[in-house]
Amino acid sequence: MDKFTIIIDGKEIDAKAGQTIMEAAIDAGIYIPHLCFHEELIPGGHCRVCTVMVNGRPQSACTHPAAEGMVIENDTEELLEERRRLIEMLFVEGNHFCPFCEKQGNCELQALAYRFGMLAPTLPYLNRKIEVDASHPDVFIDRNRCVLCGRCVRASRDVDGKSVFGFEGRGPDKRIAVNAKDELLSDTQLNAVDKAASICPTGSIVVKRVGYAIPYGKRKFDHEPIGSEIEKSASKK
Amino acid sequence: MAQDQSSTIKQIVKEFSSDRNRLMDIALKVQNQLGFISEDSMETMAKALGIPLVEVRDMVSFYSFFSREKEGGNVIHLCNAVVEKMYGMDLVANAFEKNLGIPFGSTTKDGKITLKYTPCIGMSDQPPSVLINCIPVTKICPEDVAGIIEEIKKGSRYSCEKRTSSIPAAQVETNLKKEGEVIFSPMERGVAIRSATIRTPETVIDELTKAGLRGRGGAGFPTGMKWSFCRKAKGDAHYIICNADEGEPGTFKDRVILTEAPDLLFEGMTVAGYALGAKEGILYLRGEYTYLVGYLEQILENRRHLGLLGKNVVGKEGFDFDIRIQLGAGAYVCGEESSLIESLEGKRGAPRHRPPFPVTDGYLHQPTAVNNVETLCCAARILEKGADWFKQFGTKDSTGTKLLSVSGDCKYPGVYEVEFGIAIDNLLQMVGADHPQAVQIGGPSGTCVAPKDFGRKICFEDIATGGSVIIFGKKRNLLEIVKQFTEFFNEESCGWCVPCRTGTTLILRVLDKILEGRGSTQDLALLEKVGNTIKKMSRCGLGQTAANPILTTLRNFRKLYEDLCKTDEYIPPFDYEKAIAVGVEIAGRDPVEEEE
Repeated sequence: MDKFTIIIDGKEIDAKAGQTIMEAAIDAGIYIPHLCFHEELIPGGHCRVCTVMVNGRPQSACTHPAAEGMVIENDTEELLEERRRLIEMLFVEGNHFCPFCEKQGNCELQALAYRFGMLAPTLPYLNRKIEVDASHPDVFIDRNRCVLCGRCVRASRDVDGKSVFGFEGRGPDKRIAVNAKDELLSDTQLNAVDKAASICPTGSIVVKRVGYAIPYGKRKFDHEPIGSEIEKSASKK
Repeated sequence: MAQDQSSTIKQIVKEFSSDRNRLMDIALKVQNQLGFISEDSMETMAKALGIPLVEVRDMVSFYSFFSREKEGGNVIHLCNAVVEKMYGMDLVANAFEKNLGIPFGSTTKDGKITLKYTPCIGMSDQPPSVLINCIPVTKICPEDVAGIIEEIKKGSRYSCEKRTSSIPAAQVETNLKKEGEVIFSPMERGVAIRSATIRTPETVIDELTKAGLRGRGGAGFPTGMKWSFCRKAKGDAHYIICNADEGEPGTFKDRVILTEAPDLLFEGMTVAGYALGAKEGILYLRGEYTYLVGYLEQILENRRHLGLLGKNVVGKEGFDFDIRIQLGAGAYVCGEESSLIESLEGKRGAPRHRPPFPVTDGYLHQPTAVNNVETLCCAARILEKGADWFKQFGTKDSTGTKLLSVSGDCKYPGVYEVEFGIAIDNLLQMVGADHPQAVQIGGPSGTCVAPKDFGRKICFEDIATGGSVIIFGKKRNLLEIVKQFTEFFNEESCGWCVPCRTGTTLILRVLDKILEGRGSTQDLALLEKVGNTIKKMSRCGLGQTAANPILTTLRNFRKLYEDLCKTDEYIPPFDYEKAIAVGVEIAGRDPVEEEE
């Protein structure tokens, strides 16, 4: 396989033909913050959190192919500020109440906010009224916490082969739709063991009755900041 | 659902060979025949195509011309673009509402007429304008409304069947104000194609490169290079797509080309077909120009009779090429080439990841060149008259002429074919604009230019533009216009990525707050910050330019903002008194304010 090097924040790393910048970075133990990206799914490019400067131009690392000699900036003050603002945008777009959300501590949105040092939102809240769908016996969908990352859409279509989820509408009215005529999750083929039921980065799609199996304080991001796993893999190399 | 409706839909799906890629056409036809696209209809479509319902809903819910609720037998779309509002749209809207006794966004009780707003329909040179069942009627005044409604009720002139008749019932002025040498000089059919087919495809492309032809949509990518990449890319088929989805508010030059010089455009597409090795060309026509379909189909049919389309075009052995028209359904973002391709494949018009670019991975994942209407006309002319002839017009890096759609506060709005390099000053003189306050070059996604910069030139070296020029006189409220532009982007955002979807909503809120007189200098800083995030972090060209109305006026007209934001102190984004009003009423007493 063709191997070449790219430079991320001054460090030369190996990359293979066909890899995205994100994949090459993860292999090299470099954390590029991301939200809608998931290693088991094709990239979506929705959240833009993984935007890096490629030869001076902003590109999303999850979708942009690595190419020989690329000079990439990732961990800069400027990008940190932009990424923090994107996360803030998501916090004010939806209705996120971390203290009583069963996903807290395991929520990637919350974890990114901590990592980026988001103290309090500086943007106006949109205060939208959004419905909750608890019709399904084992899974509920609360669109108040949806960040439209499309993970559920991709997982259901590409991994589960069901297309339970899809997008609907455009612009500020865009939302996650379900594959049923009257728009109830219970009328879809979704099963609690499906990839799509457990791949949501926030508390928008959660499996019922297991939300508090691990208590607050002992959850994934209570132990270490998001991205630590990738960064630790570097020290082993 | 009624049996006959279900069989109608199945019949329509069959007509398009049950091809999922033709979902746009299928949905358009279902809507035309049944009046709207219900959940039941979507389910039938999905089943007949063998795709999930959620995919059909995804597509249908994206385009503004599709309706999922029952509409009236006649639909009136009143254009609410900026220039239309400047020229009395509100009065016309009132007249419609009063006459029909219903507000916009609703349908009369007898189910006959629906009133709706729609963004720029490409008639900014003759405002106010409406689409009645997709048939445009322009320059209407409140006094015309009663007559129009009577005509609709009679069901003759503006009936749905007439929308694509070859002689349109439309009332549209041409408004071609200046004919230049490249686009609007006389042409003879077939000359450019013959000139191309006596050469090799490679030398045809070389000729465009030699001429320095650059894309007329605004980005200015070298056409020869695009065609060369596309020709060299391997695939089962190659495609040439003409982007006739001019949706930038204030642009209407393609409308004039399509009515005055359609043969030149088809000539250019055929030349492209030869150069790229394509057998099929597609004209993606914006839904707002549905009224031109019949007329354009007739011209294509004529060309087939003349041997300029079909098998062995112009007698050239083995050169088979034809063109079909694909209608859009109301989505600005489809002007972006990868969104346009998604739309052509019957999906929501969301941009694709780039790379790969369409030249290697485009329509049906085959090598595809997407070119602007004007660019393809230039290509035909270059083959007809040569690169050297073309290069005598314009500037060093912007050869040829440019069509400008001029609207707003001037005496002679319309389309002007001028040489690249014209100074804004000279243009303003030509169109009869008297010392305007500002000129919007390139539409909302372009730049709002202040008088101090009227010496600047329109060309790729200085101010590049797709052609929209909107002039604002001294009395116009510029910030109100900035707000309308921003609303437009917010509504037209595809919603795929966070900065564009949420960012445009946020800057709109902040701008509203400022216009309500509750702004502070902190809000100006916020506008700038969020605006820059939208510009830098968005995924496609729409998002990257969506903050331009605000960012360019913050730069060039800062005082207008500062006059409204006198304090440096924090002012909350909501009105405190208003926010607690309900609580106060329930409690039956005023809140106790704590003193420090």
